[in-house]
Amino acid sequence: MVSAVFHSPLDASKEADAAADKPKTAVATPSATARPARTPFDGRGFLLKVIPPVAGIAALIGIWALLTMKGGAFPTPADTLKEAVALFSDPFYSRGPNDQGIGWNILFSLQRVAVGFGLAALVGIPLGFMIGRFGFLSRMVSPLIGLLRPVSPLAWLPIGLLVFKAANPAAIWTIFICSIWPMIINTAAGVQRVPADYLNVARVLNLSEWNVITKILFPAVLPYMLTGVRLSVGTAWLVIVAAEMLTGGVGIGFWVWDEWNNLNVTHILIAIFLIGTVGLLLEWALVSIARRFTYDDV
Amino acid sequence: MKSFIHVQNAEMVFHTKKGRFHALRQINLSVAQGEFVTLIGHSGCGKSTLLNLIAGLTLPTDGALICDNREIAAPGPERAVVFQNHSLLPWLTCEENVHLAVERVFGATESGAMLKARSRAALDLVNMGHAASKRPHEISGGMKQRVGIARALAIEPKVLLMDEPFGALDALTRAHLQDELLKIVARTKSTVVMVTHDVDEAVLLSDRIVMMTNGPAATIGEIVSIDLERPRNRVELAADARYVRYRKEVLDFLYTRHGHVERAA
Repeated sequence: MVSAVFHSPLDASKEADAAADKPKTAVATPSATARPARTPFDGRGFLLKVIPPVAGIAALIGIWALLTMKGGAFPTPADTLKEAVALFSDPFYSRGPNDQGIGWNILFSLQRVAVGFGLAALVGIPLGFMIGRFGFLSRMVSPLIGLLRPVSPLAWLPIGLLVFKAANPAAIWTIFICSIWPMIINTAAGVQRVPADYLNVARVLNLSEWNVITKILFPAVLPYMLTGVRLSVGTAWLVIVAAEMLTGGVGIGFWVWDEWNNLNVTHILIAIFLIGTVGLLLEWALVSIARRFTYDDV
Repeated sequence: MKSFIHVQNAEMVFHTKKGRFHALRQINLSVAQGEFVTLIGHSGCGKSTLLNLIAGLTLPTDGALICDNREIAAPGPERAVVFQNHSLLPWLTCEENVHLAVERVFGATESGAMLKARSRAALDLVNMGHAASKRPHEISGGMKQRVGIARALAIEPKVLLMDEPFGALDALTRAHLQDELLKIVARTKSTVVMVTHDVDEAVLLSDRIVMMTNGPAATIGEIVSIDLERPRNRVELAADARYVRYRKEVLDFLYTRHGHVERAA
């Protein structure tokens, strides 16, 4: 895939070579599955990979079942599973603004994350490039970043409510301000670490500014930038639950709070699993994108 | 022969955090067209600095540098540089690395097919045609350095500047690439200025060896002309009395008269 991006489409023979490159990348990444067409199925390796995580989950459920055996307010795993099946059998119903399916709640939360994170990327990545390129700017904003970055997400919420006078933009604002820092910092670090030799090559060849950006700066910075993006999305997903608890509306965070008010602990547990799963999927998606754009340092 | 690169009273002073550092003083050097000149000296003597001045990557504090009757004010493709650590872009294939240079220099006047042919020809020249679609991390250090040379030669520079191009290679690969470089230079008749710290390399390749004194404020100590006919063969030369004498001359300069003194840091 990565080869295809940089190959000129003129040369068909390169496509074959690009395909030949692939096993190499597969070797470099331990979690990438071996291609079954060529290598025989490695049963032992597969078991060694699958058994530990399964055992971990089984242990968690086992302890949970043991602790809830005697009854009480805390639901058992079986109850939770039964409830989850019922919940996920109709994820997209809508009975008024305060009673919507779990699917809608997740999608609304993801939408807020997407908007807040998208705006943060739009501002943070170019800002990171500028900070990396100009030392003066870097020294100017680094104390500000140092001061603002550790601030808890929820401290930003009142500012958003004050400025936007509405819950939804305030939640998006909170996501924006919390997820912008990793992107700024990582992009700037990436730009600062572009090897001087590459830039000397550009100077000797007298490359155009466009070529310097597309052929040298951007590919060199991309892995750093994607790390920033990954951290940002993780933060955004953490923040959204808390923000929605406070702002209300439709969303997984609000749903958790609503179910707490209904004293429906089973639903809260389901929500926790669901939030974890979505977070895991976001992380996994971004890691696999980042892997495609990471180059071995030579 | 007419002087092609001319360095007149060049001075180089760096202003660092620790203060002023006088790197080069009173450098005067002329290089003729088609000449192969090596700069040799102990580490820290400013030989790379002098090369960077000729490349235009840094500008002298004082004095003038002229290449082909024009003052050197900035780097440019007519003075191609082969860097010590090859500096190939890891996200491009070997051919694309060469093509990037070719496109910049000939892109305005030549068709895509011609540019492609040039990139291919440059890779073939250094016997790297087979690795055109490989990425730098897939080939060995010696091969990378060859691609670096191909990239420099592909743009048909007036001068080829090489900064310890074989310094990071093992002795056998180095010898092999030196032989190839001799053949390539014989064919292309390039003017070459090369930085090295290897006495054998200097004697084998050069028309003249420029020996530099120790820094700070290093300057050219002596210049030895190597009157050995080309093509040169390293095995035959090893027993050649003239070769042995030149080699001794350089060694004598470097170790007897200008032995490296460790500066207190």
